[in-house]
Amino acid sequence: MPINLYIFLALALFSIGVIGVLTRRNAIIIFMCIELMLNAANLLLVAFSKLHLADKANPALNVATNGADAQLFVFFIMVVAAAEVTVGLAIIVMMYRNTHSVDVNFLNRLKN
Amino acid sequence: MNAIILSAILGVVLMFSGIMFKNGNTVRNIAIAGMLILLFANLAEMKGYHFFDINTKNLLSFTRFGLLFNSIAIGATLMYMLVSSRDIVNVGINVAEYFALIFFVLCGIAVITAFQSLLMLFLGIEIVSIPLYILTGADKRNLKSNEAALKYFLMGSFSTGIMLMGIVLVYGAKATFNIELMGADVNPGRNAWYLSGLLLLLISMAFKVSAAPFHFWTPDVYDGAPTVFTSFMATIVKAGVFIGFVRLFEGTFANSGYQWQLILAIITAATLFIGNVTAVFQQSVKRMLAYSSIAQAGFMLFALFSFNSLSREGIILYSLGYCLATVGIFAVLIRMKDYTFEGFNGLARSQPVLAATTTIFLLSLAGIPLTIGFFAKYFMLASAIKNGAHLWLVFFAILCAVVSVYYYFRVIQAMYFRDGHAAIEPTTPGFRWILVFMAALVILLGIFPNLVLQYLYF
Repeated sequence: MPINLYIFLALALFSIGVIGVLTRRNAIIIFMCIELMLNAANLLLVAFSKLHLADKANPALNVATNGADAQLFVFFIMVVAAAEVTVGLAIIVMMYRNTHSVDVNFLNRLKN
Repeated sequence: MNAIILSAILGVVLMFSGIMFKNGNTVRNIAIAGMLILLFANLAEMKGYHFFDINTKNLLSFTRFGLLFNSIAIGATLMYMLVSSRDIVNVGINVAEYFALIFFVLCGIAVITAFQSLLMLFLGIEIVSIPLYILTGADKRNLKSNEAALKYFLMGSFSTGIMLMGIVLVYGAKATFNIELMGADVNPGRNAWYLSGLLLLLISMAFKVSAAPFHFWTPDVYDGAPTVFTSFMATIVKAGVFIGFVRLFEGTFANSGYQWQLILAIITAATLFIGNVTAVFQQSVKRMLAYSSIAQAGFMLFALFSFNSLSREGIILYSLGYCLATVGIFAVLIRMKDYTFEGFNGLARSQPVLAATTTIFLLSLAGIPLTIGFFAKYFMLASAIKNGAHLWLVFFAILCAVVSVYYYFRVIQAMYFRDGHAAIEPTTPGFRWILVFMAALVILLGIFPNLVLQYLYF
C-alpha cells in the first residue's frame, strides 16, 4: 500500500483528536481524544518505519536508518501514555469527588 | 549523566524515606542534603569527572552549555528548597512524595538539556510534566488546585500530542531522530513533511514555555496551584524547557533553510505585549507574577530569535537571574496572608529585611542596572541588535520593559510608601539570611556577570 494512505489515515485520526479536544466539554472524552492523537502518531511512526526500510534498499536516497528506531519510539509513546493515563484519571477522579461532575465548563473559578 | 542518574536515585530514596520517617522535617533535611549531593555531582561533571561511564548511542550529548544550565537549575532548586521547603511540608500529608517529585522533575530537566535525539526530548518533557501535574493538584481539598491540575493536565498532554505528531513528520522526512543529522538532505520530495513537522514542534514548544498565543493556560494554572509549587513551575521548569527549545532550534530550525525569524519575531512581540499589558491590570500579586512570567518568557524568546553567542550567554544569565529573583519573591509571597497588592502595605515597617530583599528581586525582574536582571536583558537585546534583522522588536521590548516597571514598582510602593499592617507569618532568622544571600547574589552577578558566563568556555 502506498504511504499516502497511511498518512491520510493518521492525519484524519489526529484531526479528529484535535477537534474533539477543542469542542467536547466532558473531561473523559477530551482525554480519549488526546489518546487518539497519540495513537495517530504511533500509526504514522510504524508506517514511516516500513517506508524507511524500503528506502534503505534504494542507493539514490541517503537514508541513515532501517526504521527500527521508529518502532522503539512507539513503545516509549505507549509507556508514557500509560503513565499519563494513571495521573490524568487520578486528577479527574479527584475533581469528581469535589464537584460531582467531569464537565470542564465547571472550570471557571480561576477566571476572576 | 551524573545529574540524570543521581536525581532519579535520590527521588526513589526520598519516596522510601517517607515510609521510614514520619516527621516532615527529617524528610526535608534529607531532600536538602540530596540536592547538595546532586549539585556537587553536576559540578564535578563540568570539571570532567564522570561517575557513570555510559554509552548513550547518540541519544544524549553533554555540552558545556547544558551542564552549566543544569548546575543553575539544581542550584536554584537548592535555594528554593532552603527558603520554601517548610511550606512544602505544610501543603499536605504526603511530604516525601512532593520532594521525590521535585527530584524527578530535575531528572527530566537534565534529560531535556542534554537531548540529542527527539526521543529524549519527548521523554524529558514528559518526565518534567507528569510530576508537575501531580504537584499542581497536591492540595487535594482545594477546588482551585483541582481545577488547575485538570487544566494543566489537559493542556499539557494536548501539546504533547501535537509535539509527537511533529516529531513523527520530521522523522518521516529526515529518516532520523538525531538533531545533529537533521541538516542533511534526504529526499527533497518530502520537505513539506519536514516543514509541517517543524511547525507542529514550534507550536507545542510554545505551549510548554507559555509563549503567546499559546499562553492562555498559564495564569490559571499558576494561580490555582499551591504557591510553593507555582514558584518551582514558573522558574526552574520553565527555564529548563527553554534550554530544550534552544537546543531543538539549533538542530532543526536554524539550519533548515527556512525563514523563521519573522514568525519568531511575531511570537516574541505578542508574548511581551500580552504578558506585560495584562499584568498591569492584576489585583493579586500571585496572578501578576504569573503574567510577569509570560512577559519574561518573551525576553527569553530572544535567545531563539537572534541565534548567536551573545544570546547563548544571555539565556544562561537570564534563566539564573529570573529563577533567583522569582523564587525569592514567591518565598515572601507564600508567607503573606493576603495575596493582593494591598496585602503588602506597610511591610517595610514590620519586616525591613524581607521588604529590602523583595525590592532587590523586583528591581532585578524589572531590569534595573546593578542587578543581574539588567545584564540579562542587555545580553538579549544586544544579541538581537547584533543579529540585525527586525530591529523594531528591540524597541518594542524596551517599551515593554518600561511597562513592566509599573507593576513591579507597585509592590515596592505598597511596601514602603503605604500605611498598613501587612499580615505575615513569622519568619525564622535562617529564612531571612538565605533571602539576604540570594539578594547579594543578584547584585554580585549584576556587577560581575562573567562569574557565571566564564564556565561556558573554560
